Amino acid sequence: MSSPRKIELPVLENEIRSLHAGDEVLLNGRLVTARDAAHKYMIENKPKWLKPLLKNGIIYHCGPVMKPVGDGWKVVAAGPTTSIREEPYEATIMKMYGIRGVIGKGGMGPKTLAGCGQYGAVYLHAVGGAAALLARSVVEVEGVHKLEELGVPEAFWLFRVKDFPAVVTMDSHGVSLHEAVRETSAKAAARLMKTKKRKKA
Amino acid sequence: MPAATAKTLTDAVVELIRRTSSDLPADVRKAVRRAKEQEKKGSAARNVFEAIEENVRIARRESTPICQDTGTNIYFIHHPPSVLQRDLEKAVLTATRRACKLNYLRPNAVDPVTETNSGDNTGDLQPFLHFEQWSKPSVRFDLMLKGGGCENVGIQYKLPDARLGAGRDLEGVRKCVIDAVQQAQGLGCAPGTIAAVVGGDRTGGYLRSKELFLRKIGSRNPVDVLDELEDRLHDELNKLKIGPMGFGGKTTVLDVFLGAAHRLPASYYVSVSYMCWAYRRRAMVWNDGEVRHV
Repeated sequence: MSSPRKIELPVLENEIRSLHAGDEVLLNGRLVTARDAAHKYMIENKPKWLKPLLKNGIIYHCGPVMKPVGDGWKVVAAGPTTSIREEPYEATIMKMYGIRGVIGKGGMGPKTLAGCGQYGAVYLHAVGGAAALLARSVVEVEGVHKLEELGVPEAFWLFRVKDFPAVVTMDSHGVSLHEAVRETSAKAAARLMKTKKRKKA
Repeated sequence: MPAATAKTLTDAVVELIRRTSSDLPADVRKAVRRAKEQEKKGSAARNVFEAIEENVRIARRESTPICQDTGTNIYFIHHPPSVLQRDLEKAVLTATRRACKLNYLRPNAVDPVTETNSGDNTGDLQPFLHFEQWSKPSVRFDLMLKGGGCENVGIQYKLPDARLGAGRDLEGVRKCVIDAVQQAQGLGCAPGTIAAVVGGDRTGGYLRSKELFLRKIGSRNPVDVLDELEDRLHDELNKLKIGPMGFGGKTTVLDVFLGAAHRLPASYYVSVSYMCWAYRRRAMVWNDGEVRHV
């Protein structure tokens, strides 16, 4: 396995298109967190202030645990949340805001995969539950938007990250590792459903 | 309950929450380590397990949450008749608010009508408290934190089920569990632990399945036929090769727990709950001001 590739954010389309499913990356620069309420808000309200923050950037599906420190904030725990809930929105958000990818866990569906191909974006998988470890990659909290309205887990947090580790599991060439695993396991499940009696060991 | 006693109890519950949120029980850590050792060095599955273990070490050392989703806080509390439930409930609520301020818990309670977060992790049904009386003089608190990702992949079947070809028997239950894990893929933060209960009504079946998570990984089922089916399912589910986080790999589940409750002649529910690898459960025994974390 080759060593992880460093990606500086914001990132251009041609660099994102050079990534393939299975590639490991280390992200550097700004991530913007957005999860369920934020996705609904982005589609319904189309906020202008958000566009420059997201252009050629990456959205992180994350609802962190945050600690107020002085005038600012410190990240206590910040692992990925399940991405599939944003399946109805994500491809549209790629188009509207010009993002180059999303980070989450569990992968996403055909609409997002098609969006990755059409707009030049990738799906990046971080280790679910690894909240203490991933919090260490956040070197600075640059700010927060809609904190009052959406609450701590659902707000738009701006994280400056250094070497944030992730794996490309859906690329801009139509490949999804999640689909491959699902197909293999579906076949195995069908076989198991057919076996009636267990062979004595 | 005298104010001084209430204070020591509240302090003890805050400590219980800290331990539950920032560390995994020994049986879970051992199961994760064993799963890691089965994967080839440098493989995606192995890398996931290594990240998981590193994460657990950091959280434990720094008393920070293992996972940012500190979940539904589910309490099973056994108490003698002399201790009032409302005193215990008050202590848990006060402790929850304080633990949230201390960042052991995330503010995780959202009112679906007003769409506002309560800000202190308390609200209607949060935390979730289940009380039972017993004849011992002590109070036992069993706490688990169950995140939304794994709760979302829980599923309740009603047999017979034509799609699965599952009838009203244990063979049908087996098919439900296989289907539940296949549908969950990596979404519940695999490798998971599966608790399935056959029977009961819709509420009772799910409640029992949650209670099964109080069992230790590797523990035996006292009912022979269920014990045998647990072993079989454990082997079979790992043949799905969904692997950690759904990346593919040898371990899809850490263990399977089964339970049974009486059902109505008309109903045959199979309630399946999924616990993520971040299987956070701890217990505490409180005996007239003396605390023992177990």
